[in-house]
Amino acid sequence: MEVSQLPQQLVNGLFIGSVYSLFALGYTLIFGVLDILNLAHAAVFSLGALSSLWLLQNAGLPIWLAFIGAVLLSGLLGILIDRAAFAPLRGRPDTRFSGLISSLAMAAIFEAVALGLFGAHTVGYPEGTVPLAVWQIGDVIVTSAQVAIVLVAVAMMAALTVFLRYSRVGKAIRAVAANERAARLLGVNVDRIIMLTFFISSALGGAAGVLFGLYFNSLSPDMGRAIELKGLAVIVVGGMSSVPGAVLGGLALGLSEVLTVAITGTSNLRDAVAFTVLFLILLLRPSGLLGRSSREA
Amino acid sequence: MGRVHCETNRAALLLLLLAMVMSACGTAGPTASTGAGASSAPGSASAAPTNSGGGAGAAMEAKLGVVFSMTGGAAAYGESQKKGVQLALDEINAGSGLKLTAVYEDDASTPQGGVNAFKKLVNSDKVALIIGPTLSNTALAADKVAQQAKVPVIGVSNTAGGITDIGNFIFRDSLTEAVVIPNTIKVTKEKLGIKKVAVLYGNDDAFTKAGYEAFKAALSSNGIQAVSEQTFAKGDRDFSAQLTQIKGQKPDALIVSALVEEATGIVKQARQLGITAPIIGGNGFNSPALIKNAGDAAEGVIVGAAWNSASSAPASKQFVDAFTRKYNSAPDQFAAQAYTGVKIAAEAIRSAGSTDGEKIRQALTQIKDLDTPLGRFSFTEKRDAQHTPVVQQVKGGKFTVLQ
Repeated sequence: MEVSQLPQQLVNGLFIGSVYSLFALGYTLIFGVLDILNLAHAAVFSLGALSSLWLLQNAGLPIWLAFIGAVLLSGLLGILIDRAAFAPLRGRPDTRFSGLISSLAMAAIFEAVALGLFGAHTVGYPEGTVPLAVWQIGDVIVTSAQVAIVLVAVAMMAALTVFLRYSRVGKAIRAVAANERAARLLGVNVDRIIMLTFFISSALGGAAGVLFGLYFNSLSPDMGRAIELKGLAVIVVGGMSSVPGAVLGGLALGLSEVLTVAITGTSNLRDAVAFTVLFLILLLRPSGLLGRSSREA
Repeated sequence: MGRVHCETNRAALLLLLLAMVMSACGTAGPTASTGAGASSAPGSASAAPTNSGGGAGAAMEAKLGVVFSMTGGAAAYGESQKKGVQLALDEINAGSGLKLTAVYEDDASTPQGGVNAFKKLVNSDKVALIIGPTLSNTALAADKVAQQAKVPVIGVSNTAGGITDIGNFIFRDSLTEAVVIPNTIKVTKEKLGIKKVAVLYGNDDAFTKAGYEAFKAALSSNGIQAVSEQTFAKGDRDFSAQLTQIKGQKPDALIVSALVEEATGIVKQARQLGITAPIIGGNGFNSPALIKNAGDAAEGVIVGAAWNSASSAPASKQFVDAFTRKYNSAPDQFAAQAYTGVKIAAEAIRSAGSTDGEKIRQALTQIKDLDTPLGRFSFTEKRDAQHTPVVQQVKGGKFTVLQ
């Protein structure tokens, strides 16, 4: 291993890991409440990023407003996913699989819409959208974009945690997640809470898309595909419905990816090692790093 | 929060497996953007040359079939190619001795479209020779039709392997990567004195892998050491781990075989991480999209090509001037190769003195050192193109000839 490159690799891993975390949070939230995987999440990730570019270029908004606009728009897409793909199936037997398939259909539709609206070409933000400074600390090179993205990601994760723990709506979301029938009996409007959860989940997915797009400056309708599988792996490892688990899982995946390259000196084994590590974690802790076993629940 | 039962875990794993299978099936990324970008030109495409002078003395007449992708995914290339063909026909028909008429067909960027077009040209139009088709995939299917009917074909943009293996009537004037890449390495070694390089390539794509293998062979035959070999997958956006590793090896140059989407990210991130060594790319770098999306980071990038519009050779300059006058836009590599294809066809028909397929085929094999915009042109024994490629460098936001 090249020891001198290790600090840089760790920074690389933390950065990409924080994007994985933010993306996986959306999955985890829906899974926690509904026990359902929303496979349209990756398509929202792409559409969020592309719509921010549209807001920036065609509506002339500054990047921070375009970011907020894209996040809100992604949230609305989440409501659309809920209404179109999940709500009609609710209460039927075996919604877990039918919902999975209908969300997959939504993903295909969203990707087709993105193709129609934005074309298949890879596009980027105009130069200077985020002021790009490059800082060198010892041997480690960090860009302002990386720092900003990690900060925004951490802030959003912290806000989500506080929101779920202390706000009325957050408590209602947790109540529905814990026991939907009990929550309903206690007067919680379950349907509305589910819709809201979709809004928050997709808003986080869209935010991850914009941050991802800003850093790599490379947007396309299929950009979500590369991160989709990783997001799923992150929540499985973190514990299917644990918010801190998703954060930890994302960082673990990011680090294992770069460390594989650093230790073996080649990237041929990157994904193989990353997924083997995830597999081993699951063997040792079947409910994930921070997932609760059924006895504790 | 959440109810995590063992049962849900098992279901989730099942779903994950399902998702893996699905995503493995659906990773057909965009791959068409490998050639030098066809600049779609405004302006009026003037009509095809007329063939009114029916009985104009002793002028020999011949009918050419021209099959390009005018619709579908490769339409941008087809448009540029058609302009090159029309310009060549204008020039040939302005002279005496030979009158060429063209029958244009659109293959719609599909193999089926190509086969249908070839059948029509061979069976009902009875053309003497066919130029095209645009895409290698189409050529692999359609060229068989011409081979069976013993009608010569000149491919003007096919670079995949196996095309000319279809038969002895199939020729092409488009250089393959296997020719361009060794030249790129040889020239950059002479000019920049590189001794050790790092290689980064996409290992899940036939095109980028073939490029990597060509680079590897060229490196060892030039005595250049590869100190680090890194890979990535199609659709990757983050290359920082590989590039950090490469940076630690301090190579004299970074060699990259990638499609333009990944190439853009690699070039930008390499510069951000402080890698200052020159970057040498495969044919995937041959696109204006690289310069557009990578911006300043693309400056200095080196890439080989069959042709560059800034070439100082007289035949090339003359072609660029004539093309620019006719269409109000500069030609790209596709136009130059299509133009050259028609010129080669005319030369062969002239020296065969006949429109008989076998006679034209024999004349084509005799083409030697023909002065064309691409350079002194010959066919190899295997009917592939042979001429000196160029090595380009991005300077001031443009592909220029490496000095």
